[in-house]
Amino acid sequence: MNKRISVLDLPNSYVGKSVPRPNAKRLVQGRGTYVDDIELPRMVHLAFHRSPYAHAKILSVDCDDARAIPGVVGVYTMDDLKDTITPWVGTLDHLKGIKSAEQWPLANGKVFWQGEPIVAIAATSRAIAEDAADQILVDYEELEPVTDMMTALDKDTPVIHPELGDNLCFQRGVDSGDVDAAFENAAVVVEDSFRFNRHTGVTMEPRSIICDYKPADGELTLYMSVQCPHMSKNLFAEHLGLDENKVRVICKDVGGSFGIKIHTYSDEMAAGAIALKLGRPVKFIADRLESFTTDIHARDHRVTARAAFDADGNLLAIDMDDVTGVGPYSVYPRTSGIELNQVINLTGGPYKHRNYRVDGKVVFLNKNVMCQYRGVGHPIAIAVGEHLMELGARKLKLDPVALRLQNFIPQDAYPYTSPAGAIYEMQSHHQCLDKLVEMMDYEGLRSEQKSLREQGIYRGIGFASLIEVTNPGPAFYGVGGAKIASQDGCTLRLDPTGGVTATTGVTEQGQGTETIIAQVVATSLGVPIETVRVVTGDTEAVPYGGGTWASRGAGIGGEAAFQAGKALKENILDLAAIILQAKIEDLDIIGGNVVDADGGNERLSLAELGRIAYFRGDTLPVDAQPELVVTRHYTQRDYPFVFTNAAHACLLDVDIHTGMVKLQKYWVVEDCGRVINPKLVAEQTRGGVVQGIGPALFEECLYTDEGQMINGSMADYLVPMAAEMPDIEVGHVETPTETSELGAKGVGEAGTAGAPAAVMNAINDALSPFDVVLSDMPFTPDKILRGLGKI
Amino acid sequence: MNITITVNGEPMVRSVEPRLSLVDFLRAEGLTGTHAGCEHGVCGACTLQLNGQTVRSCLTFAVQCDGQEVTTIEGANFPDLQEAFIENNALQCGFCTPGMLMTANDLLQENSSPTRDEIREAISSNYCRCTGYQSIVDAVEQVAKQRSEVA
Repeated sequence: MNKRISVLDLPNSYVGKSVPRPNAKRLVQGRGTYVDDIELPRMVHLAFHRSPYAHAKILSVDCDDARAIPGVVGVYTMDDLKDTITPWVGTLDHLKGIKSAEQWPLANGKVFWQGEPIVAIAATSRAIAEDAADQILVDYEELEPVTDMMTALDKDTPVIHPELGDNLCFQRGVDSGDVDAAFENAAVVVEDSFRFNRHTGVTMEPRSIICDYKPADGELTLYMSVQCPHMSKNLFAEHLGLDENKVRVICKDVGGSFGIKIHTYSDEMAAGAIALKLGRPVKFIADRLESFTTDIHARDHRVTARAAFDADGNLLAIDMDDVTGVGPYSVYPRTSGIELNQVINLTGGPYKHRNYRVDGKVVFLNKNVMCQYRGVGHPIAIAVGEHLMELGARKLKLDPVALRLQNFIPQDAYPYTSPAGAIYEMQSHHQCLDKLVEMMDYEGLRSEQKSLREQGIYRGIGFASLIEVTNPGPAFYGVGGAKIASQDGCTLRLDPTGGVTATTGVTEQGQGTETIIAQVVATSLGVPIETVRVVTGDTEAVPYGGGTWASRGAGIGGEAAFQAGKALKENILDLAAIILQAKIEDLDIIGGNVVDADGGNERLSLAELGRIAYFRGDTLPVDAQPELVVTRHYTQRDYPFVFTNAAHACLLDVDIHTGMVKLQKYWVVEDCGRVINPKLVAEQTRGGVVQGIGPALFEECLYTDEGQMINGSMADYLVPMAAEMPDIEVGHVETPTETSELGAKGVGEAGTAGAPAAVMNAINDALSPFDVVLSDMPFTPDKILRGLGKI
Repeated sequence: MNITITVNGEPMVRSVEPRLSLVDFLRAEGLTGTHAGCEHGVCGACTLQLNGQTVRSCLTFAVQCDGQEVTTIEGANFPDLQEAFIENNALQCGFCTPGMLMTANDLLQENSSPTRDEIREAISSNYCRCTGYQSIVDAVEQVAKQRSEVA
């Protein structure tokens, strides 16, 4: 019996070390391969004529002038593609009552948002295709657009899709404990209303696809900038009527995704249909305006919420109403209802209250579609819950840190079922917040804040404690009928040289997936990390898996890689024992060599073992067949998801004369279970925090009442830039999950999840001398000055 | 129009449409390290050197570059900066990286010992959506220090 400690804890383990990313080298040399870098013979380029209206009936479409332009290969309306592609509906069986209308790749008689594609033009260059798109003449009958989520369900509001009966997409509530009694008996009640702004991902590389259909084989190869290659393979096959095994998705470098590149987009599906029509490669690269008006938007919520406390400061209850205004469709296949589910699951998540009520509604609007973006529901839930905690602390005259520590779920109560029904395996809220307060020198900052106020400088300190959904099981999508894998796999091959090729279904968008998989494999198998080559993103090459979503790469993909490493090690040692005429239990693999388990004497290099296995099988006993390729899969089945937790703090100054916010510093203590690569965890956290600061201070998709997006350019839509961002200090607490041997949880979204709350709380702390409380994001200078009564 | 343009030291004689941007010209030549992010001069992903000056290649027409010298990331000579980006994980998806490197290189040529605030100010011409910028600041600061120690 092997009584040694886990290989993860050995000094030569790569797990826990900040190994640099081997794939970064090509990117700093400009030698990456993004989809637009790929040129194929006879490839045509797509451009779209898109609706200028948010809601209109199409009376006629005249494509004659467009067709006449030299270089135009094909012009397509929906009628031209109906024999090639089927429509889709963005619902899931486990979201009870969710409804949406049939969606086609091109407008089918009506348009429902500004930017919806109506006509697709294929031409020998993008420039010619755009010239032709300008020549399309469409006759519209304008219809009244529905653009206000608060009146979308009113009787006199037009119904966007008459066949659905009303504009309600999804509704869900929870009513746990006795909320009314808790509020009646409360010593302190706080409440506020919130506005969460519609924003979007702004990936540096826009959505990109090449569809290469070869009629002779009936095979479709998709070069995509995407997070979930297998999901895309399934969807294109299903809606283009192809066998799934005739569709291959190749995803090389991805220039940012953040949840944007995980959904079904009309223009990309149209590209697939047109490739089938033409029998030649079709490329579509969204331009920046197309990105702003058709990449999914996120987080348009209006919330009212209240919390009840007893006189000692114990949180008794949370009660909230949430309305989300999505686009004219629930997005396929993940739906636009999942975010409400997350808000319900997560609000007040760190705390011990037992009374909880949410009434949530998701309504259709004539704006761009809205769906899951980094953090999915977390920023709303955390901002609401943490704002209520700050208001509570203020009214109770307690320190906000003390109030949180007092109300966290007691450490001995885990595993814990929340009043929303979520199950937490184990959290470390107290430990994270204690560490955070120490890292930031909380007491010192409070006294500095006091003295600065005397000088007229209004500094604020804001906190956010949070939980994050990671490592999802099939409960997330699979049970709802979506073909989105929650399991993932890793195949390892010992090559004749002694190197290892690892292929995995989890994917890389720059977060470092390939690096951590290499770390885990090298550790589990006992080989130098330089000898492990990781391949991702090609459905023809990798095991069937879910890719990147819900912070699952390290936790799910990592565990599959760990188990694959163990299995390959066993097979290698089986063979080594035969070659060396030794007992398996007396052997181990360290540093790429088979060694004596006791003492570590080198017995056989893996290169030599590979040589014998692959080329000199004649020297082995007749019943010894080396098996040097193994695959292992992992499904997290113990819980619907494995929750992580973190504590954030933001330090900023509000200039009460200009309304400008100057971020000074930001701290995060993150518990994502076992940390595979501290540097990459810190960088995911930093990037995530900045992506959460964006919508708190700058980012908003601005629409007119007519449904026109008025800031669809990078000059008009503001994102965080380097000069405005603070340094972000990251600390780690490690509570490995017992759901897997590796013990890793996810970390990709926690930064984005917590930052809006921490920034909001810091602004309100800064403005506390003026008794001003703001909860309408983004906190732009004009809103701050208005709050202060200065304008 | 016919133009002669020297790209990374290699003279190219080409016939181009007047409306062709420099970034599209270079990409069509297979030099795909220069990226088009916004095509209106805001994001900085297409930043490169034209006659030693840092410019946006999406706002520059290929025909304007007749007789000029262009250096793209494929021909750039700042291995220490590239190495520091890897070491500090100053890139994730890598799409902004060639332009970010060009901008950082430009800063270090003008100011050999920039403060962190000066670095942040200088790279504020370039979007990065992944890193949150701190690691880029770290990398540039590290290179400035390394170069001053060598010098």
